[in-house]
Amino acid sequence: MGIINFLTAAIRFSTVFLFGSTGESLTEKSGNLNLGIPGTMCVGAVFGILGESLYLSACADPTNPNPFLAVFIPLIFSFCGAGLLGLLNSFLTTTLRCNQNVTGLTITTFGVGLTNFLGNYIDRSNFNYASKCFTTVFPFASDLGWFGQLFFSYGILVYLAIVIAILVSWFLNKTRAGLHLRAVGENPATADAAGLSVTKYRYLATSIGSGIAGLGGLFYIMDYLTGAWEYSIDAMGWLAVALVIFSVWRPNVGILGSILFGALYMAPYFLNVNFAQQELVKMIPFIVTIVVLIFTSIRNKKENQPPQSLGVSYFREER
Amino acid sequence: MNTVAIELKKISKYFGKVVANKDIDLTIYNNEILSVLGENGCGKTTLMNMLSGIYYPDAGQMFMNGQEVVIRSPRDAYSLGIGMVHQHFKLVNVFSAVDNIILGEDVQRFSIKEHGIKALWKNFKAGLLDKNRHKKIQAIADKYGFSIDLNKKVYEMSVSEKQTVEIIKVLYRGANLLILDEPTAVLTPQETEKLFQVLRNMKADGKAIVIITHKLNEVMAISDKVAVLRKGEHIATVDTSKTNEKKLTEMMVGKKVSLNIHRGTPKNVQDRLVVNNVSVVNEEGKKVLDDVSFTAKAGEILGIAGIAGRGQRELLEAVAGLQNLHNGQIAYFEPETNNEIDLQKLTPTQIRELGVRLSFVPEDRLGMGLVGNMDIVDNVMLRSYKKGKSVFVDREPPRNLSERIIEELEVVTPSTHTPVRRLSGGNVQKILVGREIASAPTVLMAAYPVRGLDINSSYTIYNLLNQQKENGVAVIFVGEDLDVLLELCDRILVVCAGKVTGVVDGRTAQKEQIGLMMTGEIAKEVQNG
Repeated sequence: MGIINFLTAAIRFSTVFLFGSTGESLTEKSGNLNLGIPGTMCVGAVFGILGESLYLSACADPTNPNPFLAVFIPLIFSFCGAGLLGLLNSFLTTTLRCNQNVTGLTITTFGVGLTNFLGNYIDRSNFNYASKCFTTVFPFASDLGWFGQLFFSYGILVYLAIVIAILVSWFLNKTRAGLHLRAVGENPATADAAGLSVTKYRYLATSIGSGIAGLGGLFYIMDYLTGAWEYSIDAMGWLAVALVIFSVWRPNVGILGSILFGALYMAPYFLNVNFAQQELVKMIPFIVTIVVLIFTSIRNKKENQPPQSLGVSYFREER
Repeated sequence: MNTVAIELKKISKYFGKVVANKDIDLTIYNNEILSVLGENGCGKTTLMNMLSGIYYPDAGQMFMNGQEVVIRSPRDAYSLGIGMVHQHFKLVNVFSAVDNIILGEDVQRFSIKEHGIKALWKNFKAGLLDKNRHKKIQAIADKYGFSIDLNKKVYEMSVSEKQTVEIIKVLYRGANLLILDEPTAVLTPQETEKLFQVLRNMKADGKAIVIITHKLNEVMAISDKVAVLRKGEHIATVDTSKTNEKKLTEMMVGKKVSLNIHRGTPKNVQDRLVVNNVSVVNEEGKKVLDDVSFTAKAGEILGIAGIAGRGQRELLEAVAGLQNLHNGQIAYFEPETNNEIDLQKLTPTQIRELGVRLSFVPEDRLGMGLVGNMDIVDNVMLRSYKKGKSVFVDREPPRNLSERIIEELEVVTPSTHTPVRRLSGGNVQKILVGREIASAPTVLMAAYPVRGLDINSSYTIYNLLNQQKENGVAVIFVGEDLDVLLELCDRILVVCAGKVTGVVDGRTAQKEQIGLMMTGEIAKEVQNG
């Protein structure tokens, strides 16, 4: 069942990208280009393991933690930690009206550095037990053969990522607040004249979006690496930013896109190729993104373009 | 006597050291159309922006129904029933008309106290986009006589449709006081008349309407009262029936002015530019120019009339070498020798060197020709930086030229080193036009050179164009105001949807006739004189 194993691995790994791209799509729809997403995902990871570490040290029997708390506490820590970085980004780009590109890159550098520094000091003993709480949701999955493996064998965060992506899509397209958020990203002067607070929408979208992206980092450590530590989360972050473009700012399209990216990322391990070729295959997602950019530019359909005011700070009394 | 809609008392607003409005007292009445008139930069738009909550006054008070009101944001303005249609439309391009109209609408909130736990569900449902959200809007459109497809996306709409969306939007938000900032600037005479009819319907419905415009004939046609501003101060408010265009202009400018365009008889007329069967296809594969032919003659002003954005820009760009021709030829005849030169074989730079100059004033003014963040000298230098042998640029000549433009065209600027972006629109335009004229062209193409300019500056520009004509330049003038075209131009080329519907004589043609030709309802061929 090689193909099922491959698909399962692809879907599982797609979660990293999906969290990142859903968060970034939400943020970019408000007109804030948060290039700090890679750093934010790192910070989400390190805050998540900090939460897990604190919980386990307070736990009576750390080898048998309460499954709900072992997931919930890191989740909240990760979301808030990453959200705080989003708040910092909003403050710099929306309130102080700094250049969004520069601010985002700075936040990434800062987030990666902070994570590398803190990651060394967090006690990760017994994390393999905590990780089980993340990875096991449906114990009956193994009884259902390939069907169970393909649909029910994943950790809780995989399902959460898909639910959040669908919810964000629904929010953007079907609710008034979503309409307002899109208006802020397309034309803040219009939104402002219609009586909407550009600042409020940008702050909320950036902070919540960053929080969602941070969960991608948490998934990478606690689920994919089953509690081990690695520094390379920011590389996934850049792929998540690419996925935003690939999915033309639609989180529901992003679900399929992330699975494609996951498959391309996982392919080298399932193909019989040497190390150098593996690295080449890993480049494919970026190439695919470039192709999508070319394609959407050529077709030039207005709905598939980036939000019109993406990357532009808004000042009401600008003359 | 009509009831008072809003009363302004001693309203002032400063931008840094610049006084935009000073101690303005103004009363706006229901059931009335008030025109606000004034030169560029006199603070009309600023004043209206304070009413609509975009700006916040530095001093002064506003009263409604005897109560003092404070407008801190557009939301406050809406809740007081004040809505503004801005000169630059505030619409989201990728949204449909409906979604633009409901944007920012207040929805009813249910409190848990009254409705219990059901309030949560009700609030949740109120936050969703209703499938039937267009129905209420359609009712408003029908009431005032707008015809519009509400599900059309804004980017597919014409200017007039966009404006309709804007007006329905403020009506939908429950506005009793409507402010329209230069609503007719981009409309054809027919569309303008339609708009005026809608405004009269709204006035009859008891609404207070404020309209900002530069066109005096429209002021006389539509308004009940006229408020005149000059240099940020309110000069007077007069009944339209008790005044005339001449008096209003004098109030605006503060001195006697003559509003006559001196149109001399063309002298030494010779063909300078012959355009033959030119077609241009745009990026989307649509024909924007279809088989266009005309002749521009030295010593003559050729007007181009047409609805904005229907190929005029492409036509001028084709002459300037910026558009690839699908077919057709453009020939240029040299002034002294009368040699024929095929412009298609030349690069844009070579065409420029022949003396074919284009000054295009787009709707956003800074879009073509000027760099917003650079100062006047540097912008003037953009046309001459290649001169001279040294690798370093010489700023002296452009500085002298800038000073001359500032003096002759009365540009209001703190210094020659102020970034162009910070000047008011009219002043930006003067620099743009002034720079092109200064280069001693043989063909001067001016597209919308007076777009948004006040009457005084407009006439300065018209006189400049006339001067050029007398100097033997072939002037091509793309204009929006038909009255001006008729007064200024020797011949008028009318285009409709990329096709030439006729060439008329500027001295004998009728405005209505041109208006109909612009919309393609009649195509009348008149022999070129």
